[in-house]
Amino acid sequence: MPLTPEALLARVEDVLGDKLIASRIAVGELTIEVKPEDWVEVAFALRDEPGLAFDLMMDLCGVDYSAYKDGAWQGARFAVVLHLLSVVKNQRLRVRTFCADDELPMLASLIDVWPAVNWFEREAFDLFGIVFEGHPDLRRILTDYGFIGHPFRKDFPISGHVEMRYDPELKRVVYQPVSIDPREVTPRIVREDNYGGDV
Amino acid sequence: MADIRNYTINFGPQHPAAHGVLRLVLELDGEVIERADPHIGLLHRGTEKLAETKTFLQAVPYMDRLDYMSMMMNEHAYVMAIERLLGLQVPERAQYIRVMFDEITRILNHLLWLGTHALDVGAMTVFLYAFREREDLIDVYEAVTGARMHAAYYRPGGVYRDLPDRMPQYLVTRGKNEADLRRMNENRQGSVLDFIEDFTRRFPGCVDDYETLLTDNRIWKQRTVGIGVLTPERAKALGMTGPMLRGSGIVWDMRKQQPYEVYDRMDFEIPVGRTGDSYDRYLVRIEEMRESNKIIRQCVDWLKQNPGPVIVDNHKVAPPSRESMKSNMEELIHHFKLFTEGMHVPEGEAYAAVEHAKGEFGVYLVSDGANKPYRLKLRAPGFSHLAALDEMSRGHMIADVVAIIGTLDIVFGDIDR
Repeated sequence: MPLTPEALLARVEDVLGDKLIASRIAVGELTIEVKPEDWVEVAFALRDEPGLAFDLMMDLCGVDYSAYKDGAWQGARFAVVLHLLSVVKNQRLRVRTFCADDELPMLASLIDVWPAVNWFEREAFDLFGIVFEGHPDLRRILTDYGFIGHPFRKDFPISGHVEMRYDPELKRVVYQPVSIDPREVTPRIVREDNYGGDV
Repeated sequence: MADIRNYTINFGPQHPAAHGVLRLVLELDGEVIERADPHIGLLHRGTEKLAETKTFLQAVPYMDRLDYMSMMMNEHAYVMAIERLLGLQVPERAQYIRVMFDEITRILNHLLWLGTHALDVGAMTVFLYAFREREDLIDVYEAVTGARMHAAYYRPGGVYRDLPDRMPQYLVTRGKNEADLRRMNENRQGSVLDFIEDFTRRFPGCVDDYETLLTDNRIWKQRTVGIGVLTPERAKALGMTGPMLRGSGIVWDMRKQQPYEVYDRMDFEIPVGRTGDSYDRYLVRIEEMRESNKIIRQCVDWLKQNPGPVIVDNHKVAPPSRESMKSNMEELIHHFKLFTEGMHVPEGEAYAAVEHAKGEFGVYLVSDGANKPYRLKLRAPGFSHLAALDEMSRGHMIADVVAIIGTLDIVFGDIDR
């Protein structure tokens, strides 16, 4: 049987000690937060400690918190969230860290811990502009060759900045500024608690 | 003697064996692969960003278009993430329907994989047989959801509607006479469940047919045995999941280890490979089809005996019936609010994963309490698998790259998102 999130948290606390700066258990999932400077060290501990044994890196992604609750967010803008799975111990863990600098978010690469992070870090770099130090091949991965900007940041418009069309005179594909305006059909609304009764 | 230089070739993006839009830059030493650099993103549509601008319900059909070969499983992970944040308890019948359709989808996916993998390697016939059975299952999709591929059938809190009582039948056309029709409609006389039950009886024989074509086939073995070997340690380090992990001998299946819905009540086995080569993964997937068939059969038996609701009775997340909407003011308001503003998911984050046909498909959902997701991250199994292509194909011949792409079972809808 897998551990309860509380028991797992106790084990993680034992291993990480004061490197663990926050933790949260919600909907049966454990989230821990660590400092960006401890990122690689924590990852090695989570992988190598026999009681934790997080041998599979499931997911790594960036999150841009700048528009959270319509701008009520205080604190660093970019987070990197890591989802780990232990096949041996049958347990899962979510690790989050906030990049120190909002202008140039940087974090050490986990490529030596789990080789699987390679493309996930490239994706977070491509979409959020988070630079992973020590990554051997930090190229864009999903966007076009020569793309400018980081499309998943909250200040990047959903329609983008450029569009592409075939120009019959030049006989090639050209880029031009977008000709459409993004249209919001359903507005985004954050309601106060218990609006319209309990769910 | 003149220097022998490595040269680089470009494979794709439009190549029949690239399974979509994969551009592969191969560095070759003679005919041996030195480095394979997949360029992906040609099908990137920004699903995750688009979902941030849509209500929770409007994003469900986007999930079908991720891995467009196992549509309902993608929806499943997405609705599970929402349900977890909302704390919803899904009705039992809906859970069985979901499990049944997940397994139907797994067979659909594996049949496509089998057909195209064999086609890549040079066996044409398997493709035709595999698509014959796919057609029956796609008909089930159509009978239940109205769509042959992009079903949009799962909803937060259940499924869109109950299974219909009648399986659609073929009609007379200029090309089909009465006698043909009688034969074609023979197993379509009853309900959809009867049709599925008939399928589960036929299907093991069909899998035997595929196996006679491939399992002991000399050419098939020459092309797959010892190709793309992954040791258990490397498979874990590279983030493999699903049949790719099990092919290397690691017993890991979410349906057993972390059961969701009603998988803990199902009786089935987890096949694992031994050597971690393409042939073992082939055997694992073939066995998985047989096991899926068993699960479908158990679900059909249960569903036939236990009628009930298929979606929750909470009108903050599921619409009221048409009748009560038109006779009751409160239900009318619920209906209106649900389809204009959408449901509000409480603040928090959840990661819901399903044992997808290709591996672990996960949905990481961050909600700030609005009617739209704040951030949706889709963890696609194919993304990790394709990243390992470089390591798996190094030192192999150029023809083996095609066999390795086949064994990875990649679909660009979910890799590029």
